[in-house]
Order: sequence, then C-alpha cells, then structure tokens
Amino acid sequence: MDIAAAALAGDRRALSRLLSGVENDTVVGRAALAQLFPQTGKAHVVGITGAPGAGKSTLVNQLAREIRERGQKLAIVAVDPTSPYSGGALLGDRLRMRDLSTDTGVFMRSMASRGHAGGIARATRDVVSVLDAVGYPLILVETVGAGQSQVEVARVAHTVVLVEAPGMGDDIQALKAGLMEIADIIVVNKADKPEARQTVRALQSVRPGMRSEGHHRVSVGKEKQVAAEVAGWEVPILQTSALENRGLEELLAALEAHRDFLKESGQWRARLQENARAEVESWLQRHLLALLADEVGEASLTAVVDTVRRRENNPASAAQELLAAILAAAGGAR
Amino acid sequence: MEKKIRVLMAKPGLDGHDRGAKVVARALRDAGMEVIYTGLRQTPVMIAEAALQEDVDVVGLSILSGAHLSLVPRVLEQLRERNMADVPLVVGGIIPADDIPVLQELGVYKVFGPGTNTQDVVAAINRAMGM
Repeated sequence: MDIAAAALAGDRRALSRLLSGVENDTVVGRAALAQLFPQTGKAHVVGITGAPGAGKSTLVNQLAREIRERGQKLAIVAVDPTSPYSGGALLGDRLRMRDLSTDTGVFMRSMASRGHAGGIARATRDVVSVLDAVGYPLILVETVGAGQSQVEVARVAHTVVLVEAPGMGDDIQALKAGLMEIADIIVVNKADKPEARQTVRALQSVRPGMRSEGHHRVSVGKEKQVAAEVAGWEVPILQTSALENRGLEELLAALEAHRDFLKESGQWRARLQENARAEVESWLQRHLLALLADEVGEASLTAVVDTVRRRENNPASAAQELLAAILAAAGGAR
Repeated sequence: MEKKIRVLMAKPGLDGHDRGAKVVARALRDAGMEVIYTGLRQTPVMIAEAALQEDVDVVGLSILSGAHLSLVPRVLEQLRERNMADVPLVVGGIIPADDIPVLQELGVYKVFGPGTNTQDVVAAINRAMGM
C-alpha cells in the first residue's frame, strides 16, 4: 500500500509522513497530492488570523475542545515564523494546546513559514488539502501573528476569523485595508478586559462601511481585487474570553452559519473557483521558475540581472526577455 | 524546498524548570532546525503523540526531577507503540553518570548532563541525521 492509500485508510503515521513530503515538496509528496486531490474540497477550512498576542492559539485550543465535545473530528495547522537568519524556527503553538494533545480525534500540525511572507507557509494549502482528503471535516488554520497585509489565508480558508485583542488599535486602525477586509467573523478576544467594550464599539462603527464596499476576497500578490460581493452576510463581532470560558458556542454557531451561508448563496462554489485559480497560478509560477533554472540557467540569469544593476536594462524588459528565452528553449525541446 | 530537521522538545514529569529546555531549543533553532516546543509536564503519551503528528526526526527530553529511569522507558514504549522506534531519543538534564549507560542500553541515542555545550547537542543531532 502506498503512503497516500495508507493515510486514507487511517494510518496516522503515514498521514504525518505524507504531510512532511508535501511540505518538503518531495517526489512522493507531489505524487500523493495529485492522487488525493480529487478527494479534496469537502472540509470546511477556517482561517484564524490576527496580530501576535491577540490570543489565537488559546482560542484555537478552546474552539477545538468545544468541537470535540460535540463529537466532531478536526485538524489544526498552526504556522509560526521561520528565522530569516538561521532558517530555523521555534514552533510553540502546542504549548497552548495541551488539552488536545492526547485526543486522537484531533490532528495538530505545526508548520514554519519557511520564508513565505503571506502569514502562512507556501505548503500550508497543500497540507490542508491532504487533511481534507483523508476526511477531517473541519480544518483550523492558525496564521503567523499576521500584520495588515498578510491576507493569504483568505486564499486557503472558506471562513476567516479575525482575532482582535482589546486596546490594540483604534477605529483608524480598523479602517485600514488588509486583515479587516478578509474577515468573515471578527472576534474580540480577552473580553474579560474592561477595554473590550470600547474595541467592540470601534469595530462596530466601521463594520457597515466594510459591508457596503463589499469587496471581500483580496487577490494575493496582485493589485486587483476579485469577485464575491458580500451580499447578505453581516460580519458578526463576537466576544470571547479564555479566562471566563465564554463566547465559544457563539463563535462555533457563527462558523456554521457562515458555512451554510456560503453554500446557500453559491459563494462556496465561487470560493472554490478562486482558490483553484490561485493554486493553479501558484504552481504555474513554480513551474516557470523551475523552467528558468533548467532552460536558462543561473549564469545567464545572473548576466541579465547584472544588466539591470548597471541600469542598461530595466527589470520588466529583462523579465520579458527571460520569458522569451524560456519559451524558445521549451519550444526547441519539443 | 530543502528538508529541515524537526525536533520535538518536551519536559516530561512534574518538575517546573524549563530554562535548560528553552536554551537548547533556541540553540537548535539557531542551527537551522525546526523545534516544536511542547513545554512542561508532558506525559509519555503526550510526547509520543506530538512526535507522531509533527513527524519529527528527533525527540529531545529534558529531565531534572531524577525520574529519568521511570520516564524514559515509558516514552520509548509509547514511541514504539506508534511505530516510531526509529526516531532517535536524546535526553538532557540532571542524570547521574552511572545512569547514562543504563539509558543508552534502553535505546536512548545520547545523554547530556549539566554543563553541556549547546553546540554538542546540535552536533549530536546532526550526526544522528547523518549530516
């Protein structure tokens, strides 16, 4: 039995190894991903994002516990930053998820961002696909403590939960583009703090604007914004507190309501379409870069880069010439 | 994407001192490894389950409580139960010299006592990975 079949049959060690293969983009990992892909698209993928210290890990832990009490299986993918200096990483999300650590109904995987800047790792999407294929009906993706431009989780998740902590920003912050615009549900965490009410009010004051503008999905890495008017979905602003163990039922209900809304409004399909496009584009980019390395080679690439450094050529034209060279080489090979 | 060495760092047992574990975790990160830090008071089942889900290449235990002769066999057993007997286990902490061969006999890859240079830990893990 190959590794994908073993993972499908419920072998958790095989699943775990497969996730490494996918993360490291090995030959086996790539083949298994292709084999499993037809069985993806079933899970409800929920992104949990927000600034560092907002309490994402703690919230994920509690949410997972609540979901387990209802008897549902789930998977968690938690991303932490890779050090740009050493290439190493300290992955600490398990520290706050110890309640779940012996529950075999939860599969939790830590990932390092490995230089990817969008708030998740490059391979997070693929790891989610594998977990989806092997039958986890709900997958929580916790981002790197994300800043305002790290919105890529919206390309992987169906529902994005933005976690805010009291006192971390005023309504001007809230008006800024980025994270606020990809939120389907906003959670004011640490609601036991007295400043929480003020934060909720500030968020409420900007929420109508978010709705009427209606842009919802941000195309990552490009200027244009794509698709999906948010007609009919009012972004709820919820309050949770780990200390007082409150707000989790409401959050879970909101997740389910959003999933139902997506399905009934046809947006589930629209998001699958967008995500499929993003995946194809991402692979196209990787294949092109691989072709560049194979067909043009490092030496020629460096020579072209040198002409740009000397200002004899401009970056856009240089890239175009390289593309022409790739196409010529690929055409010649055929 | 290049393969990174993934290490689980755990503190089994009841003592509450994780300074040493954190220092080692940082040193491994600085050596380019991905360290999954699980923190204090981990049971052998918790450790083996985390090792399985994270698909780590090495498991590191920090034990200062003196309970290593009871904890280590249980961790090894839980790893074996999950078909992970091939994953090297390294142990650091306050381990009397007489106990080191006992632990190695049980299947521990390497034991580090007090005053170990963190670079020796890095080197041992690299060696275990054949690097």
